[in-house]
Amino acid sequence: MTGNYFPRLSTVLFAGIIICTACTRTNKPAGLIPDKNNGGIRLPDGFSALVVADDLGHGRHIAVRENGDIYLALQDLKNGCGIAALRDTTGDGKADIVACFGELPGTGIQIHKDYLYFAHDTCIIRYKLKSNELLPDLSPETIISGFKREYQHAAKTIAFDTLGNLYVNVGAPSNACQQDDRTPGSPGMDPCPILENYGGIWRFKDDVQGQTQENNGSRFATGLRNCVAIDWNHHTQNLFVVQHGRDQLNQFFPELYDDNDNANLPAEVFFMLEEGDDCGWPYCYYDNLTSRKVLMPEYGGNGDSIGRCAGKKDPIMAFPAHIAPNDLLFYSGNQFPDRYRNGAFIAFHGSWNRSPEEQEGFYVIFVPFDSRLPSGGWEIFADGFAGISPVISPGDAVHRPTGLAKGPDGSLYIADSVSGTVWRVFYN
Amino acid sequence: MICLLFISCGGNKKSADTVNENGILVYTKYCLACHQTNGSGVPGMYPPLTKTEWVEGDKTRLINIMIKGFEGEIEVNGQVYKTAMPSHHYLSDEQIADVLTYIRSSFGNTANAVTVQEVGISRNHLQAEK
Repeated sequence: MTGNYFPRLSTVLFAGIIICTACTRTNKPAGLIPDKNNGGIRLPDGFSALVVADDLGHGRHIAVRENGDIYLALQDLKNGCGIAALRDTTGDGKADIVACFGELPGTGIQIHKDYLYFAHDTCIIRYKLKSNELLPDLSPETIISGFKREYQHAAKTIAFDTLGNLYVNVGAPSNACQQDDRTPGSPGMDPCPILENYGGIWRFKDDVQGQTQENNGSRFATGLRNCVAIDWNHHTQNLFVVQHGRDQLNQFFPELYDDNDNANLPAEVFFMLEEGDDCGWPYCYYDNLTSRKVLMPEYGGNGDSIGRCAGKKDPIMAFPAHIAPNDLLFYSGNQFPDRYRNGAFIAFHGSWNRSPEEQEGFYVIFVPFDSRLPSGGWEIFADGFAGISPVISPGDAVHRPTGLAKGPDGSLYIADSVSGTVWRVFYN
Repeated sequence: MICLLFISCGGNKKSADTVNENGILVYTKYCLACHQTNGSGVPGMYPPLTKTEWVEGDKTRLINIMIKGFEGEIEVNGQVYKTAMPSHHYLSDEQIADVLTYIRSSFGNTANAVTVQEVGISRNHLQAEK
């Protein structure tokens, strides 16, 4: 594929690239003018935002290159493309070149060693970036292939350490490893065979082509239902993930959980992973009301018993149920005040499984860190994406945050899954 | 006239109100979590039940999805949905008829009822295919 450009801007693409070859990227936050109402989102005092671009498609994760170019993974092809590419040539923060490329849709996207890595549901590919050109070499290399096509928790997301390893979230195509998924009365399989190839983080080499999970993947951590949010903390040299917890406790176990219980259980949980960790899924969930791991009802739990969960990995933090942590970013920039440095931003996509109660969690939070662990509670950093309140059904939300990236000047970029809006957040 | 209507619509059939009430009960228990209180579904995951041929159109196709479940990408009203729907074979023919009648006449939909007999015929065909 030679690249498909959004028609409205196709004529400026190459002109823009030529112009931009000569421009310096010294976008200082002081030079940026916030949008009215910060582009519709609420931020802490001292922060502002502008909309870099919108109407890009159903956004997923986002990556920003050292020259400021932005790449947004798309959940579905738009104009035949799975990746949108954005460039600001004038320094006002707004993308004036919008291009697109890639024949596959996907979720994970990261820049690493002069390549753009991109995670389709069944493979990880990479595009060689060209010197200061927006579009990479459009013949990608396949790093990992052969993940089975799934229709639940299929999105692959990625992180890199500094030792040449690539970590891939392989979500479980299941809610609770029942014999018949999401079927009342169907027992949990014990041991859960899904864990052999799913429900964990697999480690690969970052620069070796032609790998498969079976031949080259090493299971780094297990018992993780689905961790779309994954990041390597370069400050502490650890892998961190945030898990999507199980659904539908009230639906399948109404004798144990009512609608309100289900709206609040189980927690979405934040893990600092070490090799060999078992985080408990599908046998255990984390009860954020009592701050402990309890046995899943599919495995004999009654909402209170702990059983085998005593030996499972403890999370470092728990968040409200069902709000769908979709991206994690350890902030290594210098632009934001000191307390943000090395802390974690998490984009929550917002819930669907709180029905019939109102949906929640359409926001980006911040967790301050002191060395390896959180130094305080979590706080909402960016809110207002949904545009309405209350949100009864997630389809009512105007925007849903789903991707995070840091720009070269320390700005925080936030991507949206509804209409592909990208915000740039900066400190005044 | 009233009497004639009663005879032609009544007999040993349940009243529309009863079907509707049963349909709401089944919907609330088995469908609402994913398809939402207003039938709007969840973007990218669970398709809406509103204003779509998948719901208002061919009844056999709709009944078969309830009994067999559905796996694969599905495009509804121009949007793609990718999350599998589990089989609901364990529901009775009456429960399936009632809930499908409910969704075909709710959320702005105006399609006609699904009968217990229609569900039974589809279920028999599916079993014969096995």
